[in-house]
Amino acid sequence: MALSRKQASLWILIAGPTAWAVHFLVSYWVAAAYCAKAGREAALEPARTPILWLSAAAIIVILALGVAAWRQHRAGRGGSVPHREDTALDRQRFLGFATLLLCGLSVVAVIYTTLVVFFFETCQ
Amino acid sequence: MSASHGEAQAERLRAAWKTPEGWRYWSAVNNTEVGLWYTAVAFVFMLFAGVLALLMRVQLAVPDNDFVSAELYNQLYTLHGSVMMFLFAVPVFEAFSILVLPQMLGARDLPFPRLSAFGFWCFVIGGIFVCGSIFFNAAPQGGWFMYPPLNTTYYEGVGPDIWLLGLSFIEIASIAAAVELIVGVLKCRPPGMRINLIPLYCWYILVVAGMILFAFPPLIAGDLLFELQRAFDWPFFDTARGGDPLLWQHLFWIFGHPEVYIIFLPAIALVATIVPTFAQRPLVGYSWIVLAAVGTGFLSFGLWIHHMYTTGLPGVTLGFFSAASVAVAIPTGVQIFAFIATVLAGRVILSVPMLYVAGALAIFVIGGLTGVMLALVPFDWQAHDSYFVVAHLHHVLIGGMLFPVAAGFHYFFPLATGKHLSAKLGRIAFWLMFVGFNVAFLPMHLTGLLGMPRRVFTYGAGLGFDLLNLISTVGAFVFATGILVFVWDVVRPKRAEPYAKRNPWRAGTLEWVSEMPGEAWGIRSIPPIRSRYPLWEQDDLFEVVDSGRGLLPDAEEGQRETLITTAIDAEPVQVLRVPGPTWVTIWAALFTGGVFIFATYHWWWATLVAGVLALVAILVWLWTGTAPIPEKRTKPVGDGRSLPLYSSGSTSVGWWGLLITMLASLTAYAGLVFGYFYFWTIHDDFPPTSASGPGSGWALATAAAVLGSWALTLYARRANRRAGSTVFHLTLLVAALLSIAGTAIAISGPLRAGLDPVTHVYPATVWVLVGWSAVHAAVGTVMQLYCIARRAAGRLTGEFDIDIQNVGLYWHFVVIKIAITLALVAVFPSVV
Repeated sequence: MALSRKQASLWILIAGPTAWAVHFLVSYWVAAAYCAKAGREAALEPARTPILWLSAAAIIVILALGVAAWRQHRAGRGGSVPHREDTALDRQRFLGFATLLLCGLSVVAVIYTTLVVFFFETCQ
Repeated sequence: MSASHGEAQAERLRAAWKTPEGWRYWSAVNNTEVGLWYTAVAFVFMLFAGVLALLMRVQLAVPDNDFVSAELYNQLYTLHGSVMMFLFAVPVFEAFSILVLPQMLGARDLPFPRLSAFGFWCFVIGGIFVCGSIFFNAAPQGGWFMYPPLNTTYYEGVGPDIWLLGLSFIEIASIAAAVELIVGVLKCRPPGMRINLIPLYCWYILVVAGMILFAFPPLIAGDLLFELQRAFDWPFFDTARGGDPLLWQHLFWIFGHPEVYIIFLPAIALVATIVPTFAQRPLVGYSWIVLAAVGTGFLSFGLWIHHMYTTGLPGVTLGFFSAASVAVAIPTGVQIFAFIATVLAGRVILSVPMLYVAGALAIFVIGGLTGVMLALVPFDWQAHDSYFVVAHLHHVLIGGMLFPVAAGFHYFFPLATGKHLSAKLGRIAFWLMFVGFNVAFLPMHLTGLLGMPRRVFTYGAGLGFDLLNLISTVGAFVFATGILVFVWDVVRPKRAEPYAKRNPWRAGTLEWVSEMPGEAWGIRSIPPIRSRYPLWEQDDLFEVVDSGRGLLPDAEEGQRETLITTAIDAEPVQVLRVPGPTWVTIWAALFTGGVFIFATYHWWWATLVAGVLALVAILVWLWTGTAPIPEKRTKPVGDGRSLPLYSSGSTSVGWWGLLITMLASLTAYAGLVFGYFYFWTIHDDFPPTSASGPGSGWALATAAAVLGSWALTLYARRANRRAGSTVFHLTLLVAALLSIAGTAIAISGPLRAGLDPVTHVYPATVWVLVGWSAVHAAVGTVMQLYCIARRAAGRLTGEFDIDIQNVGLYWHFVVIKIAITLALVAVFPSVV
């Protein structure tokens, strides 16, 4: 099965972690800027809502990537590892599997970050 | 092919790659020489910093000791930390990689050998400068993270300047190495080594080099702000004038935490290389290791505030960073389980490298677990700045870095020298180091929990610290004895010993195809690769390589050449001519070093002269050594293939090198922008409401000039291919004039608005943003003029146009920086 070179890209590999990074930095920035302006005793609520929306968006993006990666990994012979054949197919399946794993890690990390805004009532 | 034909080929290759002899030896730029020197010098710095540590341990052995003064003790721990981090831990990975990576990839050299040599000489000069300061009682005293206001206000002398400028200089060398390694891994592979087949070492190096690009530049930005405050009193960290010392902590730790992983991942890469060899089977979970490397690389950028838990930041902020700090344990753990699984699934040969690996994992796991403890805010509040942290970080760094490096030394020694290290001495050294380490550092957890703060030069008797400290000191000396045995094993004469046999460890990765001792050409011919462990799975590999049936078996023109391949599937696309020995890189490094060293002492004229000479040296280097026009378009490389000798634009390695460098530069600039928004967050009057800035007219004029210069540069790039040289010259000349005008207008704005950077942090921030952009535009002017000269000299033509392609790329980044600066200075104040 011939896979064109255009389908292969290293960028897809880092898309999941990049979504985590954007989510993390924006969440941090929203909370830090809000707390710096509103004060320590201020309720976190006004910052919580945008962070939750952002989390939802990040998780949807990562899951979508993950599904695409899973399909890429399943292409051909049903998704066995360790993808060590010298073929374009195995290269694609490897990239799919590694992307899938990174999406999994990214979702967990986004959830970790999001949990924080549930634990805090105020900026403290 | 007849034997005599093969021998003639080999002779020509040998001649092309011949290492210079006599005093000219030091003009070598080949990875085998530079990598070896780099490793040796990094090790010497490690020994130096180790001696500093022993002096500290002597001082702390008994209470109320007066072996060294408080002031000298401050210098000892500051230099110990700084040297270990900046002059050993990071450079030794670059050194190893420069040495080994081309062998692993079957490349004759990395794509920019002179850049590696330049980085090495910068490293030597900067390192000697920083280390030497202690002999003049002038070393920095404020700790390896140089916090203000301690180091801006309370320490006299040049100590902090030596730290800031000396280490900034070395950071540049690190970025140079990162550029080299990224392009090396992506573009210099053997044919057929697809992305799913590359050695795991390469994955780690790719990730780490990428991390360097985003971690080191914020520190360079921080160093710039810090030095501007020390040298010119610009108040970035002075609260009385709107500054904030915490900004430094942010910039430092945005660098500092990823740096821990920049140190750790390459060491783990060595483990991932060594374990399969001694388990005699492929590593379990290749994709999982890629997950671990890439995942750790990303998450490590979300941890920096866990060094700042006690600075009074809002609890919710600490929560985010605590969450990420715990999450990073997942990928870190994954790779350790992969190693354990490999060992369990294979039949382990307990050799010396494997012994060090086992010791490394044992120690690192303890450091990792205390790391998870310290990631939790309430525990960190108790343990912060105590010996518990000292214990933790030494477990992480010695277990996660020094032991794997020792393993790597043993493992790769035959590759570098053709001879083995002694297994007997290796075992003795290992056990001394392992036992010594644990005796020294395990008790420190307790010392810390009992309340002993770090960085105190002595302590009172009877506080419960006495015995624990004495034990730690004894352990430190046992550990040092182990290091001595190790060093003796490395330096002892080995003339009488036989060369190692080929592939002495029965490894599966390509570097071991090397002859023993290795030839300067690196690899006789470049074989096609079809497997992750080609030496195990491709039976005819040695035969193909040795008989010259691989690619590039010859050097018909007597030039040094290596293969360039595509990033994903490693299809050969070009033969790259790489430059040979030269002195110009040493001169460039000397003069660049002069800029930093003279600036330390505020000798501004000498700094200026050194700067001009550095620029000249770099221009000579570029003019004579880069983008040479080949005598023919293509050449046969064997196997019936013919490949181009020249490639420009996004298919050339130089273009990628520049792109990567500019990403680093953009990240440093982002560090400055971070500073701007940081001040905006904490101040109500930043930017000031009574907009006293240079105004929108200034912004429009600057933008017009710079955008005009950019557009004309791009036009010249196109015109160069289609029209004659007159159009090219004229367009580029106007572009250069516009660039000069843009730079001048940019600087004139804050000047005419009367913004005095000394008075308040706002004008200082405006100046630093404008200055940074203006300097980049000025460098862009030099590049435009350079292209004009190259075209006139016939070294740049319509067809062979690397120079103007790269300058076009550079100008995109100038425009991005200028646009952001203008938006922040002229537009942002009126919209907030």
